[in-house]
Amino acid sequence: MILFLMDIVLFLIGLYAVVAHRNLIKKVIGFGIIEYAVNLFFVLAGYKTGADAPIFEKNIPGMIFVDPLPQALVLTSIVIGLGVTALMVALCIRIYQHYGTFDVNRIKDLKG
Amino acid sequence: MKGMSLIVKRITRYTVGLILLFGIYIVLHGHITPGGGFAGGVIIALSFIHLMLAFGREEADKSIKENIISFGEPVGGLMFLSIALIGLAGGVFFFNFFASKGEPFSILSAGIIPLCNIAIALKVASGLFGVFVVLSLFRLSGDKKTDEIKK
Amino acid sequence: MFELYVVMAFMIIAAIVAVFLRGLLSSVISVGAVGMGLCVMFLLLKAPDLAITQLVVEILCLIILIRATIGRGVSRATRPSSAWVIASFSIFALVFLFAAYAAFKEMPVFGAPIMRVADFYIQNALSQVKAANIVTAIILDFRGYDTLGEATVLFTSVIGVLAIMRTIGRKKPNERDESDC
Repeated sequence: MILFLMDIVLFLIGLYAVVAHRNLIKKVIGFGIIEYAVNLFFVLAGYKTGADAPIFEKNIPGMIFVDPLPQALVLTSIVIGLGVTALMVALCIRIYQHYGTFDVNRIKDLKG
Repeated sequence: MKGMSLIVKRITRYTVGLILLFGIYIVLHGHITPGGGFAGGVIIALSFIHLMLAFGREEADKSIKENIISFGEPVGGLMFLSIALIGLAGGVFFFNFFASKGEPFSILSAGIIPLCNIAIALKVASGLFGVFVVLSLFRLSGDKKTDEIKK
Repeated sequence: MFELYVVMAFMIIAAIVAVFLRGLLSSVISVGAVGMGLCVMFLLLKAPDLAITQLVVEILCLIILIRATIGRGVSRATRPSSAWVIASFSIFALVFLFAAYAAFKEMPVFGAPIMRVADFYIQNALSQVKAANIVTAIILDFRGYDTLGEATVLFTSVIGVLAIMRTIGRKKPNERDESDC
């Protein structure tokens, strides 16, 4: 329970960076932190006390495993998060080339 | 983008092959040990990036062809999709048609999973390497060094 | 379970440092610290596949962010928004935490998940798929259709980056029309 709430705190820190900062790179960083928090929440929800990693060992029958389904969902989500981050960075670079700044307010003032 | 110092280049020459080998190991053993196509693909992409960061663009272009990116991404995707479509012959999408053969805990087991791992690794490695090349070698029109490179 | 709290506290502190520092380079490096803490967290939570993937993805993410930000001439972020935004956000954060607390009381306790679907996968992974790694068996056999969709998302994002950053076929800034400004 406390771990879940700490994870929500991590999520809120990332959300603060997205909402309150005006720098675009800081917003990208905030999105990254939100993504970490969500991935971690999935894995936390599937943890079983005293269980093993979901990989069969030879000659050891009757092993108890943690929940493998959230891990399988998160595994692809991590790599996709990298792709999304790269897409956001590309957009930021184009915006910087066009407006000469990363600041959202100044971009809004310039109007092209 | 220029290369780094002599020490970095010398050490890169020794380590880059090991990193590539480790990536291929992770991909091929994805069904018996931790790892798999996604992690192994990123490691393979990192070995290319390592080469490109250490030697600079001009040197790296000699050993890495540009069309490796445009080759790997669609080939990986089409390979994955065609493995899925071949499964239709067995009745369902992604039918594991080799699963009856092979012993568990050996490399040649688990049917289509090693083939899918290789396809995903090709796709991830070439895609992420292409993203890195495009993002890091892009120069703004206002940058001073752009004109020097063009000359 | 003590080490989980320690790593989690480390991640929260590193995230706070990343958000509140004004230098962009130190901020990006702090995000790297958060990612490495997440990698250790995955390892402690018995997810070695995720730990490997998170480690290498974090390194690549750090390289991309640093090469994109540093050398563009902007190294310091501007001051964050006004006190009004901060106050309203902190009120929202408190409400959100309270709602999350109320929701988590309905969830199964930490350490005892409901594995209704996963039991099927665990029983059949070795006998039907013959793969020792259950996670790989799920993403490539039982749920291969999901993985195909996620590979498509990755393909789309890569194509998006290439389309945004392309220089060939794009008009030069001085010969751009007024319409596309």
